[in-house]
Amino acid sequence: MEPFIKVTGVSHVYPNGVTAIQDVNLEIGEGEIVAVLGSNGSGKTTLVKHFNGLLKPTTGQVTVGNMNTKKERIAKLSSLVGYVFQNPNHQTFLPTVRQELYYGCKNLKISEEETEKRVKKAIELFELENLLDANPFDLNSSKRKEIGMASIMAISPKVVVLDEPTTGQDHKGCKRVLELVKMFHEHGHIVVLVTHDMQLIGELNCRVVIMNKSRKIADDRADVVFKNQELLKTADLQPPQVMELANQLTYLNRNESYLTIDSIVKWFKHNKKGLEEERKIGTGS
Amino acid sequence: MSNRDAIVVENLTFQYPDTETPVLKNIHFTLKEGEVLGIIGRTGSGKTTLAMCLNRLVPTVIQGNLEGTISVFGQDISQRSVADMADKVGFVFQEPENQLSQMTVEEEIAFGMGNLGISREEMKYRIQETLKQVGLEGFEKRSPLALSGGQQQRLAIASVMAMRPSIMIMDEPTSMLDPRGKNEVYDVLRKIKTYGMTGVIIDHEVERMASYCDKILVLDDGEVIMFGTPKEVFSELTLLHEMEMNAPQVTELADRLRKELQIDVGSPITVEEAVKAFQIVSIK
Ligand SMILES: Nc1ncnc2c1ncn2[C@@H]1O[C@H](COP(=O)(O)OP(=O)(O)OP(=O)(O)O)[C@@H](O)[C@H]1O
Ligand SMILES: [Mg+2]
Repeated sequence: MEPFIKVTGVSHVYPNGVTAIQDVNLEIGEGEIVAVLGSNGSGKTTLVKHFNGLLKPTTGQVTVGNMNTKKERIAKLSSLVGYVFQNPNHQTFLPTVRQELYYGCKNLKISEEETEKRVKKAIELFELENLLDANPFDLNSSKRKEIGMASIMAISPKVVVLDEPTTGQDHKGCKRVLELVKMFHEHGHIVVLVTHDMQLIGELNCRVVIMNKSRKIADDRADVVFKNQELLKTADLQPPQVMELANQLTYLNRNESYLTIDSIVKWFKHNKKGLEEERKIGTGS
Repeated sequence: MSNRDAIVVENLTFQYPDTETPVLKNIHFTLKEGEVLGIIGRTGSGKTTLAMCLNRLVPTVIQGNLEGTISVFGQDISQRSVADMADKVGFVFQEPENQLSQMTVEEEIAFGMGNLGISREEMKYRIQETLKQVGLEGFEKRSPLALSGGQQQRLAIASVMAMRPSIMIMDEPTSMLDPRGKNEVYDVLRKIKTYGMTGVIIDHEVERMASYCDKILVLDDGEVIMFGTPKEVFSELTLLHEMEMNAPQVTELADRLRKELQIDVGSPITVEEAVKAFQIVSIK
């Protein structure tokens, strides 16, 4: 099957002459979750802005659902690819949260009934009931980011690109982002994430693409990447804290990956009986 | 280390105009010189407002009704202006882009030092020093607007560091940094401590705060719910969960083992502590 997003030999040079990405090749298939990781300035945002035509390749080619992003109008691409900006100051909003949430569906001529259903769901997830008449610009940046995500949820585009969705979010906000990603995934959307949030990656254990100094240097599953010490060092990454603990507990199963709290609790659940016996022997002798 | 009080906050209450209830309610705490304070709390709990009271942005620029007293190094600051405070208290804002105003990276760093009567030579030296500290060497001539999000955040930190304030306040300074960059910012906090500088950091990075902060203040709905060492605060998991907050992952793990499997490894708050605690259950 043809990949839905296809990046072929893409480089991007900004007007000031900075080469932000170089010779990147990448294919993303239907229903995939892909996280783009890497140091500050490595080219992550630049790369994903090519998916909805916000940026065009200087050389090479990007196709999304068989459309060449260089030839399509932004409007057509943006109904297919939703993008939540890293910096919510760069996202344009309508004067009220309510208008913002309804706008996308109206624009895409989605039926009133379906629109209501979707908007209601978004309002519930992001707890926006009391903010519907607020002007997004009066809200703080983490809230604005949530409104960006809520309106994408209403539009429900085939491809969802979230640039650092958990930045500035509290614990609950981070859990909500995780829920959102899983929900899109379950409904068959492609989700592309840019993030520095290693706990989020641990929870998803998804495919990760690593950018380094404007080049793609790895493309593998998170558990594989998190075990590759050299790669972690090159790309300034660090596994979630529980994995750092698990790495030092020699009695855990070496063939397993412990990327989450859950995974370690599970090990103890399965081995509790043995543990108790061992301890009895230990204290008895 | 000296025992001088760096910040004393007493009975602090603050209310924005046209609101029914105060955003900060009867806040008390004391921070000693050389200590690093971490402020945590969910979105909207009042963290940024509290931090801005410490450099007089609240209530002089962001207006409202402030009651109670704040002393910095023994002096009541109620009559001071933001400019007055600038040489003592540095502030890194939550949204770096809003803080950046100059044409180039080096001008940006020089800008903050401009009013402090620092010689050109010294300025040049500090620009190089701080750019190195935040990993932005070679970006001197770049426009701050042509930086990535994380690079902008690094620049915002550098321009405050260059002013060498006695108290450095940072509002979610690492939110957009890569993991290594986050560690570096916390290392800077540890370093300023050894110079006797005092730090206040607002963040959601509880894992790093547990190992780098001397004190943690938990704010919820404008009230101080807890104030103590990281150990004291992060051991109160039930209370944190009630506020929809979390402790470091290793602490959360220990808690779940205790509750779900009756395995007790105490309440480790760092990886090092957890490794030790988990040896108790070592098996062959
Ligand atoms: N508007 C711009 N003009 C010129 N150069 C830019 C611009 N935006 C980014 N750059 C540069 O391009 C490179 C890649 O930036 P990009 O924003 O893609 O990085 P990133 O991986 O998203 O980083 P971060 O994790 O900090 O968000 C960096 O060297 C950056 O300085
Ligand atoms: Mg970016």
